[in-house]
Amino acid sequence: MDIIITGLLLGGTYALIAMGLNLQYGMARIMNLANGEMLVAGGFAAFWFYTAGAVSPVLTVFLVAPVAFAANWLIYMIFLRPLVKRAKSRGQLEVDAILTTFGLSFVGVGLMLAFFGGDYFSYSYLSVPVHLLGDTYGANRLVAFGAAVVICGALWLWLAYSRMGVSIRAIAVAPDSARLVGIDVRALAALAFALGGAVTATGGALISTFLTLDASTGVIFTLKALVIVIMGGVGDVRGTVVAALLLGLLETFVASVIDPGLTLAAAYLLFVIILLVRPQGLFGRKTT
Amino acid sequence: MTPVLSLRGVTKRFGGLTAVNSMDFDVAEHEVLGLIGPNGSGKSTTLNLISGAFPVSAGEITLRGAPITSMPAHLIARRGIARTFQLVRLLPHMTVLDNVRAGAVFGHRRRWGHEADRIAAEMLDKVGLGGRGHLAVGQLTYIDTKRVELARLLAGEPKVLLLDEWLAGLNPTELQDGIALIKRLRDEGRTVILVEHVMDAIRSLCDRCVVMAAGTKIAEGTPAEVLSDATVIRAYLGDDDA
Amino acid sequence: MRLSPKDWQGLTLAAIALIVVACLPLVASGYQLSLGVTVAMYTVLATSWAIFSGPTHYISLATAAFFGVGAYVTGIGITYLPYWALPLIAGVIAAVMAALVGLATLRLSGVYFVIFTLGLAEFLRQVITWGQNISGTKGIYVLTSITEAHIFWQLLGLAALVWLAGWAIGRSRLGFALRIIGDDEVVAKHAGIDTARAKILLFMLPGGVAAMTGAILAPRYVYIEPLIAFTPMLSFQVVIMALLGGTGRLWGPIVGVIPFTFLWEAISRSFPNQTTLLLGIAFLAIVYLLPKGFVGLIESARRRTEGWS
Repeated sequence: MDIIITGLLLGGTYALIAMGLNLQYGMARIMNLANGEMLVAGGFAAFWFYTAGAVSPVLTVFLVAPVAFAANWLIYMIFLRPLVKRAKSRGQLEVDAILTTFGLSFVGVGLMLAFFGGDYFSYSYLSVPVHLLGDTYGANRLVAFGAAVVICGALWLWLAYSRMGVSIRAIAVAPDSARLVGIDVRALAALAFALGGAVTATGGALISTFLTLDASTGVIFTLKALVIVIMGGVGDVRGTVVAALLLGLLETFVASVIDPGLTLAAAYLLFVIILLVRPQGLFGRKTT
Repeated sequence: MTPVLSLRGVTKRFGGLTAVNSMDFDVAEHEVLGLIGPNGSGKSTTLNLISGAFPVSAGEITLRGAPITSMPAHLIARRGIARTFQLVRLLPHMTVLDNVRAGAVFGHRRRWGHEADRIAAEMLDKVGLGGRGHLAVGQLTYIDTKRVELARLLAGEPKVLLLDEWLAGLNPTELQDGIALIKRLRDEGRTVILVEHVMDAIRSLCDRCVVMAAGTKIAEGTPAEVLSDATVIRAYLGDDDA
Repeated sequence: MRLSPKDWQGLTLAAIALIVVACLPLVASGYQLSLGVTVAMYTVLATSWAIFSGPTHYISLATAAFFGVGAYVTGIGITYLPYWALPLIAGVIAAVMAALVGLATLRLSGVYFVIFTLGLAEFLRQVITWGQNISGTKGIYVLTSITEAHIFWQLLGLAALVWLAGWAIGRSRLGFALRIIGDDEVVAKHAGIDTARAKILLFMLPGGVAAMTGAILAPRYVYIEPLIAFTPMLSFQVVIMALLGGTGRLWGPIVGVIPFTFLWEAISRSFPNQTTLLLGIAFLAIVYLLPKGFVGLIESARRRTEGWS
């Protein structure tokens, strides 16, 4: 029972991170392999504000999100838009984007190493036990989960009902037709990318309340987010949430029953199975 | 005599949409068959099903009696069905000769070395590009890119040629050249399926036509017969009873 | 296969160059030789990487995984088998693994392949670490009488084989098929090419070669543990070096390997914490400044001097 609840709590935060990556890959068409570094940066911010100014991470989020939004918008405009412009085909853009975002990921790790050093960082925020269904859980996990649910819900509502959200989904499905009905695809792609970065950084700030991070852990989270996005289906909000919860459950199960050192291996196995059985994602329809 | 290619009940559904609905037709040896119909009637999809671009949802396709239904594209190509693309597709970083050699090396007869070079050069001659094999494909005019694509098909020495709107987009002079070229192929006794909109070409090239509308076959016969058929005319004019 | 006089000339020149380089251990200091081994190692890895990734545009990050498998084959096998057999066994095992990876991913888009290969090294590392925890062992000692010079010569021989293989593939049906696939995969399929098979066959080459490299280098490490054998940095360095040199020519990667190895040495000696930053900047430089690598620069300079462009 406690495996299920811990797993779901972890999965909720994963959903937020993967949602960020999915906005970037599904809507802005950029596979951002520097996504994990944005998460760690968000975590760093929460850590710094908490230890230096005793600011609650839940409040830091309100600063992290807009700053990350601006930073990702700039990254898109400076590094990625030129690639989108020069790409002759989807395949070429894909290769360029992979190399560039790998580059950005390493630059990000390098900069964080330079400024903060290579140590693990963690702080104790709200680590008071809470009793739930006969077991105890850290309050920080519950708070992070609650915040993730609120943000995911808001995002879903926004994508489903707001004019801009619908436009963003339109460019994910059919960029060419979207252009024809008067949607500014370029501006919206930048926006989706920036929004994705903000969501991921927020997830990082939340996750840092209960997980230990260091400058070079980003790539692990990138991998996990990728697994979730591919499992849930590119551009599919509902699929992302379900896949994230599944991964959270699987990891918690493996960590508590077999060995905590095997969580990434388990995520990878899940990814392999998905690739072999349903490469189009859990709820995706087979396309030709 | 068994037909070279034959479709029985061939159906393709994309999600809820039925793009091709229970198509039946045969193509005889040395026959040029026109596959015609208004835009969106399922002609290109039918071609894609024959060439294995995607699997069929139901029905059977046979080549000289042997089933090729839903086989992967490369196996269908090796069996001897070669196709062009609606928008010409060449290999952009290769020379004209290498583009054609690709057909000779990997097509129906799978030749290699001198053999492949010889056939590639021969086919370039045949489509009227003799001596221009060294050019980059980017240097070609539009009709010449189409010629290269046709030469690539011919170099594989296929049993059936599928030409998907091969004459579309040509100016009037080029169109005459293009029609003359396909006529030569017909006179050589090749088996061809022609998806086409250009009426002149259909009249002068096709032995027989299959007319499609909204995914189904609505008529079949000589060009003169089908083009005077009331159902066909209604389909083209978009009349409500069609 | 017929060879033209020009082919013979090229082969002879390459053979002479190889013999000259093979004399290095006779004259070089210990430090120089160790740099030589590093250069030879990256030359083998980057060249075989480029033979696959150059024409197909699939970015493989599996080098570390195969390399680690090779190192472990030597580590475990050295007590039971003659040393010369180990690189061969490692090569075969990794080639089979590469074929399986290829079967699972090479029919899908390039992004899946990148993620799959990136995760592979990490997966193997976690699983082996776990296996060691369970069995209570830590690392493996590889104690042999093999010297740095032996390793250098073996790597040089392997490099020669890789070049020969690349050259032969370039002239073969498979090489032609891959150039067509790289240009337009849809045309390739409809022209009669089994694209999945071609890609899988070719991916077995860098897989097998990386494992052989790992098997040859294992004695250099003396002590093997998962973190050393499966270091993810290796995969990235190989990608950088190959792309920096240029994948359009067989000799391209080595043009990237030599300067980057020296730069990496220099940076990691003076600013050990900044190697990641260097790696990142190198990636960006490749995308924005050198999309065709040094080979592209050299060739466009040559065209200019010949007055073509």
